[in-house]
Amino acid sequence: MKRHSSSITHHASRITRHSSLASFFRAIAAIVWKDLAAELRSRELLSAMLVFALLVILIFNFALELDVKTRATVTAGVLWVTFVFAGTLGLNRSMAIEKDRGCLDGLLLAPVDRSAIYFGKVISNLVFMFIVEAIVLPVYSVLYNTNLFKLGLIGVILLGSVGYVAVGTLLSAMAVQTRTRDVLLPILLFPVVIPVLVAAVKASSGFLQGLGLAEVMPWINQLIVYDIVFTAVAFMVFDYVVEE
Amino acid sequence: MEPQPLALKILNIVSAVLLAIAVWLVFFYAPLELVMGAVQKIFYFHVANAWVGMLGFIVAAVAGIAYLRTHDMKWDIVEMAAVEISLIFFLIAIVTGSIWAYPAWGTWWTWDPRLTTAAILEMIYIAYLLLRQGIEDPDRRARFGAVYTLIGGLSVPLTFISIRIFRTIHPALIGTASAASQGGFDMTAPMKLTFFFSLFTFSLIFVVLLWHRIRLGRLVEKVEQLKLKFMQ
Repeated sequence: MKRHSSSITHHASRITRHSSLASFFRAIAAIVWKDLAAELRSRELLSAMLVFALLVILIFNFALELDVKTRATVTAGVLWVTFVFAGTLGLNRSMAIEKDRGCLDGLLLAPVDRSAIYFGKVISNLVFMFIVEAIVLPVYSVLYNTNLFKLGLIGVILLGSVGYVAVGTLLSAMAVQTRTRDVLLPILLFPVVIPVLVAAVKASSGFLQGLGLAEVMPWINQLIVYDIVFTAVAFMVFDYVVEE
Repeated sequence: MEPQPLALKILNIVSAVLLAIAVWLVFFYAPLELVMGAVQKIFYFHVANAWVGMLGFIVAAVAGIAYLRTHDMKWDIVEMAAVEISLIFFLIAIVTGSIWAYPAWGTWWTWDPRLTTAAILEMIYIAYLLLRQGIEDPDRRARFGAVYTLIGGLSVPLTFISIRIFRTIHPALIGTASAASQGGFDMTAPMKLTFFFSLFTFSLIFVVLLWHRIRLGRLVEKVEQLKLKFMQ
């Protein structure tokens, strides 16, 4: 881990001489690459998220008696609760790794814009979430014999995940710096991320019930607006969260 | 601790007197509502409480932004004071609302946009207090608190919009709910007077409480500094 951050420092100081925008994107890419490489070696984050997501689905099966009739109405809700819970696990872990091994200090010392760190973490968290979602969707489809592979639904899941991770990354950076740590993230995150969830669940269930695009579009528009608003604000205040 | 300034002492007394007058107006001046009867009288204080909660919510968000811009601890104290007052007054609004809702709608609670948003707002405030509790460094506590009120201040109106659009699918509930809680435009003149009087009274109470809480916040800050000095 130490090696990663020092290589980023080195990398970053080399690229500050280039045009600022290109160096900004390269700093983001370096952080994403570091996270993915670390995850590829340890696999601790993804495996935990995946097992947890599958367990949540399993529990829902008993809790809700997911028979054919219930399934049609609650699938969207079950999916999003699964993603949200598994996502919290991932967000927590991904920031805790940075904090525990002093990696965050290394990143902060690097001569890159702080927002590059934010976007780097957002993208790597998003990648982890997409991987989990890409595995949960077919598993759910097989287990409950419903076809979830609808282009609209996948689009909604992508959009919803962006909004969720945008706020989640900011708040997880806050949560790891407190005494209560992991316990705090869901408490901080869930009440503020509700607008994203409401829009995502409504749009998903719209597509699952085969409503026309005209009926689902207002929810998708809302989702896009929330994504932009939350990403912009989190990007603006991230500096305050990591400054020492 | 310096003694209370004269203006605050006067405001203490004025707000107590106004509250007493407001209670008198509600019970003896405002006429009985035709359909709902005596239970409708809770409306005057219910809306006033929600209004104070709303004021606190806005003050907290503005103080949060002011803190992030200036890094001046006084804004952190204002923010904390506003959040605490808003938390309590929204709780009172929810409870009085439930008391009113049971006879009026036949249920203690519905997932109407206003009720849901108020409940979520309470959760955000509790999360805010938990967040602050977990941080020892005052500077970091202030920064994180300000960031969280900012995010909350953004999210709550969005939640309200989302749920509002979502619930319009059930027009029966929202019709009665909004007509009743908007204050209704078919109020008689004495009702209107009582309503605006209690609104004004509670706004004043908000100012007085905020003032007291800011003084308390400054005292807490002083104690913390003394503690630090003593420990070293």
